[in-house]
Amino acid sequence: MSQTIEIKDAAKDFSHGAAGRLLNIQPVTRIEGHARIAIQLDEAGEVADSKLHIMAMRGFEKFIEGRPAEEVPRIVSRICGICPWMHHTASNKAVDGCFGATVPPAGKKLRELMQTMAHINDKILHFFFLAAPDFVLGPGAEYGVRNVIGIVGAAPELAAQVVKMRQAGQMMIEKFAGKVIHPIAIVTGGFSKPMSEAERQELLAQCQEQLEFAKFCMSFAKENVFAKLDQDALSLGSITTGFLGTVDPADGSLNLYDGSLRLMKPDGSYQDFPYQEYTDHLGEHIEPWSYGKFPYARSWGEGFSMDLKAPKGIYRANTLARLNVCDKINTPLAQAELEEFRQKFGRPAQSTMLYHWARLIELVYACERVVELLNDPGITDPKVRDAVTPKAGRGVGCVEAPRGSLIHDYTTDANGLIAKANLIVGTTHNIAPMNMSVKKAAQDVIKAGQVSEEALNKVEMAVRAYDP
Amino acid sequence: MPVKVAEEWLGSCSGCEISILNLGETLLAVLPQLEFVHIPVLMDHKYFGQTGQGDVHHLEIPPATVGIVSGNIRNQEQLEVAEAMRASCDVLIALGTCATHGGIPALINSYSDADLFERYYRGCETTDAGPDPDDPALPKMLERTFALDEKVKVDLYLPGCPPHPDQIAEAIVALLEGRAPQLPSRSVCDTCPTKREGKGAVKQVRRFLQPPQFDPKKPLSEMRCLLEQGLLCMGPVTRAGCSGAGDDAPRCLSARVPCRGCYGPVKHDGNQMLDMLNALASNGIDIKGVVDRPGLLRFSGGHGRLMNPSRRVSACQK
Repeated sequence: MSQTIEIKDAAKDFSHGAAGRLLNIQPVTRIEGHARIAIQLDEAGEVADSKLHIMAMRGFEKFIEGRPAEEVPRIVSRICGICPWMHHTASNKAVDGCFGATVPPAGKKLRELMQTMAHINDKILHFFFLAAPDFVLGPGAEYGVRNVIGIVGAAPELAAQVVKMRQAGQMMIEKFAGKVIHPIAIVTGGFSKPMSEAERQELLAQCQEQLEFAKFCMSFAKENVFAKLDQDALSLGSITTGFLGTVDPADGSLNLYDGSLRLMKPDGSYQDFPYQEYTDHLGEHIEPWSYGKFPYARSWGEGFSMDLKAPKGIYRANTLARLNVCDKINTPLAQAELEEFRQKFGRPAQSTMLYHWARLIELVYACERVVELLNDPGITDPKVRDAVTPKAGRGVGCVEAPRGSLIHDYTTDANGLIAKANLIVGTTHNIAPMNMSVKKAAQDVIKAGQVSEEALNKVEMAVRAYDP
Repeated sequence: MPVKVAEEWLGSCSGCEISILNLGETLLAVLPQLEFVHIPVLMDHKYFGQTGQGDVHHLEIPPATVGIVSGNIRNQEQLEVAEAMRASCDVLIALGTCATHGGIPALINSYSDADLFERYYRGCETTDAGPDPDDPALPKMLERTFALDEKVKVDLYLPGCPPHPDQIAEAIVALLEGRAPQLPSRSVCDTCPTKREGKGAVKQVRRFLQPPQFDPKKPLSEMRCLLEQGLLCMGPVTRAGCSGAGDDAPRCLSARVPCRGCYGPVKHDGNQMLDMLNALASNGIDIKGVVDRPGLLRFSGGHGRLMNPSRRVSACQK
């Protein structure tokens, strides 16, 4: 059977014909998608260029055209099996916009509850299953060990607890909402079923356990991971950019479910806008070497450049971005963590490795928030869904996905079928920043042609921080 | 001796891999009997050597007894990986409906690549229009999205979007025990507890724009079948399995939402669109109410089931 790879001819990879070696990190591992890192060394063995290639495209924007809009939230969930609730939620919000639906208050609460519960499991998954091996076992540990199975061997009790809590988090969603991976319970106009008092009490008890576990994760990480973030680690893949995230328009607080988008410049100044106006602020650049596009801040009027010394239009999304743009967090434990974080690193914090720290602060917030929602007596109101009538319209739905602001923009025809769709998904915002972080990390860890497995893993760590 | 396992994802979303992790403590229990030699989502084994200097013409996946592949095949790289997995693994499992039947991304098969690229790189509201990416570093797209067995031999099919962890566990345990796995073979309706009283009154199926009739305080067995309530439900033409090995109800139905067919056809080579339209027509239901007929193949558009109009013409001319 042929195993020839005709497309990976090293000499063709860079147009300027550098004479040194090309290093292929392929596939990039312990991430959610498909990517390849190519690092070109010059004749002195220094990094001449690097690229993070996004290798696949599936075409969701195109193939939802012509489909009944109310079916689309069950289709676009398949963009991501790790964060299907995010696509499911944003898509439903967009369809509500097209059809002019008004979601009853309990429907909104159940939507936010499910979407925020999904954040909890996502953060546990990323921190312990994908990222932690680099910190707990070390970036230079042998690859056969440097993974979650290695953690099971090195710290079986911790691993058992992590597996149990993540599993519990997944199953509590599945029990109430039917399906946890590729959900179906959010529907146009609301939610598919109300929550009973018994379900509320059961979920509340389980979410309180998740909150206790989140507190444990935070102290574990501070002691075993974050305490070890020395200057070298903090500079790994570190770049200077702006940031994008959702805040509550009333008080500028962190909001994962709904609000205004806030686009912050590297100097900390910012502009807020309703997410329906995203096209006035964001653009997407195309490069010939990536199927994924490169979003940038068009409204800054400086164009697009990934030059490390003089980047143009570059902003980042995901956990660190949200904690940088928000003025505060309206839950007490997460707010205390945010204050400590800001005390140490300022605002906006730029170090790429701080994404991990910010991720755990958001874990605490998500747990506090779901407990808050479940303590709201209005959440069991039986009126959760309004009937809707298909019609021509446009709707922009946005939520904060674990990986960044997730935008679904649909236009429907008179029959309520999708006429056109534009999507900017969380990870996409970070494609340009990830390319820059890869270059920065590669330049720092590869010198005079010395290449080790550990050095290349550190380059990947600069990508993993973004949890792509 | 632990059994060596290799896992890969092709055109996929990682939901199948999350479903493997959702085995939770069951996975921890069988872990000592498994040795993962390659699994990109969890482990850093690379195709071209660990320092990226290997032969780029030889994609290396270590030999394994069991190979698990999720996702469909849409580009040259995915094809090469599928072939390397087949060459390295004794038993190859197609995990999830993308691998078994093409899955949701095979919906693109009814659109041309020219239209896709035109929209994506020159039509989207936020995009600065530019030429299609064509750098040789990018894998070339194949002419359409393929299910795994259209390109390599598959030994075991585990459909589902995603497959229920119970079936993944059954497949692993059966392989460890050297027996054939017991997998669901009936339809979703066969596992659905909703009340059936006859479809006689239904003349058309409606879009899912308002809630069905049900009392949320009462169990699912007290709710009338959604198809009998006039809602399109793909249960009759969809393989059972989403409810797992116990006596749970089908997952979408338990949220009071109709089935859309994520386990693919009941028989592996069935056609969910034709079977569903037949089922409706034979009950005297007007199929004009089905506004998106190709959408009935949304999970099983591989194997040439969904074809774009220009390809359909050229296929007829042959």
